[in-house]
Amino acid sequence: MDQLIAVCIDGVIYSSWLFTSAIGLTLIYGVMKILNITHGSFYALGAYMAASVTGALLARGMEPMLSYVVLLASAAAVALIVAPLLERGLLRFMYTKDEVVIMLITYACFLMLEDAIKLIWGVDPYFVAEPYGLLDSFEIGSLTYPNYNLILIGIAVASGLGLVYVLNKTRVGRLLLTVIHDPEISRAMGINVDRFYLVTFSFGAFLASMAGAFTAPTLSVVPAMGVDIIVLSFAVVVIGGLGSLQGAAVGAVIVGLVRSISIHFAPELELFVIYFVMALVLAVRPRGLFSVAEARKI
Amino acid sequence: MSDSKLSIDQVTMTNPGRDRTVVAVLAIAAVVLLAGLVAPQWAKFLLTIALAKGLVVLGLLPQMRTGLVSFGQALYYCLGAYAAGLAGKWAAVSDLMVMILIGGSVAGLLALLVGVLLSRYRSIFYGLLSLALSMILYGLLVKTEALGSTDGFNVAPYTLFGYRPEQDAVRYVMLSVVTIIAAISSLVVHRHLQTPLGRMTTAIRDNEIRLEYMGASARRVIYVNYVIGAVLAGFGGAIVASAVGHIDPEMAYWTMSGEFVFMAILAGTASVLAPFLGASIFSAIHSFAFDVSPNTWQMILGASLLLVIVFLPEGLWSLFRRARRA
Amino acid sequence: MKTRLLTLVASLSLAWTAATSHADENAPIKVGVVTFLSGPAAGPFGVPARNAAEITAELLNAGKAPAPYAQKGFGGAPLQLVLVDEAGSTTTQVTEFRNLVQRANVDVVIGYISSGNCLAIAPVAEELKKLTVFFDCGTPRIFEDGSYKYVFRTSPHATMDSVGAALYAKDVKPNAKKFSGINQNYAWGQDSWSDFEGSMKQLIPAAQVGTSQMPKLFAGQYGAEISALLASGSDIVHTSFWDGDLEAFILQAGPRGLFKKSTVILTTGETAMYKLAAQIPDGVIIGARGPFGVFAPNNELNKWFSSNFTDRYNVPPNYAAYQMTQSFLGVKTAWEKAQAANGGKRPTPEQVIAAFEGITYESPGGKVQMSLGKGHQAVMETAYGMTKKVGGKMTVEKVKRYPAEAVNPPEGIKSADWIKNGFKK
Repeated sequence: MDQLIAVCIDGVIYSSWLFTSAIGLTLIYGVMKILNITHGSFYALGAYMAASVTGALLARGMEPMLSYVVLLASAAAVALIVAPLLERGLLRFMYTKDEVVIMLITYACFLMLEDAIKLIWGVDPYFVAEPYGLLDSFEIGSLTYPNYNLILIGIAVASGLGLVYVLNKTRVGRLLLTVIHDPEISRAMGINVDRFYLVTFSFGAFLASMAGAFTAPTLSVVPAMGVDIIVLSFAVVVIGGLGSLQGAAVGAVIVGLVRSISIHFAPELELFVIYFVMALVLAVRPRGLFSVAEARKI
Repeated sequence: MSDSKLSIDQVTMTNPGRDRTVVAVLAIAAVVLLAGLVAPQWAKFLLTIALAKGLVVLGLLPQMRTGLVSFGQALYYCLGAYAAGLAGKWAAVSDLMVMILIGGSVAGLLALLVGVLLSRYRSIFYGLLSLALSMILYGLLVKTEALGSTDGFNVAPYTLFGYRPEQDAVRYVMLSVVTIIAAISSLVVHRHLQTPLGRMTTAIRDNEIRLEYMGASARRVIYVNYVIGAVLAGFGGAIVASAVGHIDPEMAYWTMSGEFVFMAILAGTASVLAPFLGASIFSAIHSFAFDVSPNTWQMILGASLLLVIVFLPEGLWSLFRRARRA
Repeated sequence: MKTRLLTLVASLSLAWTAATSHADENAPIKVGVVTFLSGPAAGPFGVPARNAAEITAELLNAGKAPAPYAQKGFGGAPLQLVLVDEAGSTTTQVTEFRNLVQRANVDVVIGYISSGNCLAIAPVAEELKKLTVFFDCGTPRIFEDGSYKYVFRTSPHATMDSVGAALYAKDVKPNAKKFSGINQNYAWGQDSWSDFEGSMKQLIPAAQVGTSQMPKLFAGQYGAEISALLASGSDIVHTSFWDGDLEAFILQAGPRGLFKKSTVILTTGETAMYKLAAQIPDGVIIGARGPFGVFAPNNELNKWFSSNFTDRYNVPPNYAAYQMTQSFLGVKTAWEKAQAANGGKRPTPEQVIAAFEGITYESPGGKVQMSLGKGHQAVMETAYGMTKKVGGKMTVEKVKRYPAEAVNPPEGIKSADWIKNGFKK
């Protein structure tokens, strides 16, 4: 029984982390039809910025409880500076090109940002452990979990519900849905599609960098971070259906639970179980679980 | 009927001597074979690897002309390498030609199965599913301690038709074998693209639905192209396994597939010679970038890719095309 | 007039030939150094190793080393380093090795951290007939699965770490009932775990395996794995994690009480113990892959190395740095021995190899004996200890040393077989 509870809790924690890491990707795809590989770079940038700034401020005697605010601020700074530059400076001119070509362009940017990170922060791992241990822990049965994990779960739920609310209940959200449905007609109706793209891209980047920033206190920030998260986010988003928020949530839960189960009962399979699930889902439902049927244009 | 009433393609199909590509392939192969006699050992080695990777990219070419970018060629590249290496380890096979054929066949067999599934997909999903499959192979190989896991294992020096070349000639003989295989493969693919099935390749990218209205099967074309790509990737993997003398699961990692796609983009898909040009230039950029600084080589690669995509969307080969027209 | 001109020309040409021939003897020795300068292994291993190579070469060239290494460079000829990044695929590394040998024309290559690279490079070194010294890679397979003339390894292989860990576990927890492990799911982690499990079966037969977690390399998130380890109720937990993964594991396991519930063994813990001193409680078992760093003997050689390194780079040298310097000193010993036997003239590679096989020499970590792999593979003693904070500073206590024969297999027997047969000689 204890093990079952552990599987569920571990699954939920991991799924929340996956969801927060992946929604930025699905949002950008849903609105702009871009499979954004720099997603990984924003995640890593958020983590590095958070770790170095928070660490530096704590060393200067900042009040430890403020570190959570600093984490959020670092993420926002990264997204608000780098994302608009990328979108306005480069991607904007490429929208007419094929989906795959744009993806390759984001791949090229990812490679460049990887090295930029190494040049700015060096190759040594960073860590800032204080925010993780500060909030004490809770116990379930014989297992202890730091309360920090509740923050991760909270962020996942807040982002998910927040996005759903914005998209369905606010004017801006409704306009965004129009843009998703048909950019050409939206432009014809007077909607500033370019501005929506800029805002969406920046917000998607912010979601990624926020995931990175809040993950930073739980581990050691290393140069390889960005690469792994891309593949994981892809798997989650593809399983759920590109562009679908509920899909990303369901995908995250599936992957999180499957992984948790395999770790407790069959640890050796953990390595490729995620690709296996991804291949399985794609084989059965080619466009993901929650995909919208698209009419073929002749 | 005078030649002017026939189209250029009809002329070349009936008269290979008039086909510029065929002539070019044969000429370049001859130049490489001659230059190999005097080139330094390290250059022969580099060229062998570049040609082997060029073979893999040649396999990408028909798929990319359909508009499909496979991010999983590494699956067959790695499979070909392991098949060749294991043939050496378990069945004491050391003949280079046999190893290459085994690599290509095993890869082809798997593609015959997988292609049935993959040919249903288009655009990014084709790429993502192919990526997932190559990562599954990677995971399986890493898990398998009997095959050395991430350490891999070594491949013994090759023999050719029963005879082992002298130490000094080893690199040259391999380079020659690879050049001949590359030339033959190029000509085969070139010919394939001129057959009706091959011509439908570009038609699919233009408008798949209209093609099906005409009674042709887009799936069949994609399937055939996929299997061809796999066989060529298997050849490439087996060659690299023997040339480097070592195999490991990294050969199946998605970044390896990314490299092949990079080379394909770099060179463009206009001619069967382009993949080899792309592979060679990529090796040169990689080598140069690597030497410049350990923390900037990815940046240099990324910047080159971006520049090519933005300014030369048809790849570097389009420079040749433009020069000819001018 | 004519005779004076003649004598001038004669004496000048004599001086010239004397100068050039003397210069030939003291022409710089090109040493190719290959280690990770970028990528995840750079921070904890590659960069300290490169730093060690640079400062060792510098000190040797200036003749500022204690006996018996007082001669400048190798036998009087200065060392010139050619650095190569070990990053990239094995194909890239084999290419770079060939470039080092055939384009840069180095005299000797010292390097390689990745076992995959070591395995691939060894036959190429034989083919190109270039003296190559591996300084860090861990797989025992190099000299157990093959036999090489031009390849040497001046550090013990990874089996020693796991066997030593098991011996220490037996010493401090002889009544352990359950043990578990968390290792990275690739060759290094798989081998480390199977060696440890095998050794424990021999040393504490009553102990059972709780769970063996094998997360993928660089996973970074170990929540579920730590839960599984906690749930298993193990007395001992073994891990061969390194760098970011090790740090993440320590950061995540600490607050969840894993270190209190089980005795944790960090076989490469020496690289993280100072940086994460605040997160590592007392009683954690730390290894340094041999008698390096905090376990190094308190002799003159170690003091010389450690103080020079710390002065230059502001951090004490870790085991990767020790291993690199050990390689240089090994080659130096062999080179000078061969040169002496050659009447003071520059020795050929084959002469250096003949002089290198089977020697015993002193390094900052202690005695190095080239006694396995037909004289090509080194063995040393190993040491493990437990963390203890003294006055707020991280130190080790309860240090136990295990002699070389207890933790390395005998010549001609594969490590895995040796463990399975109860460490019989």
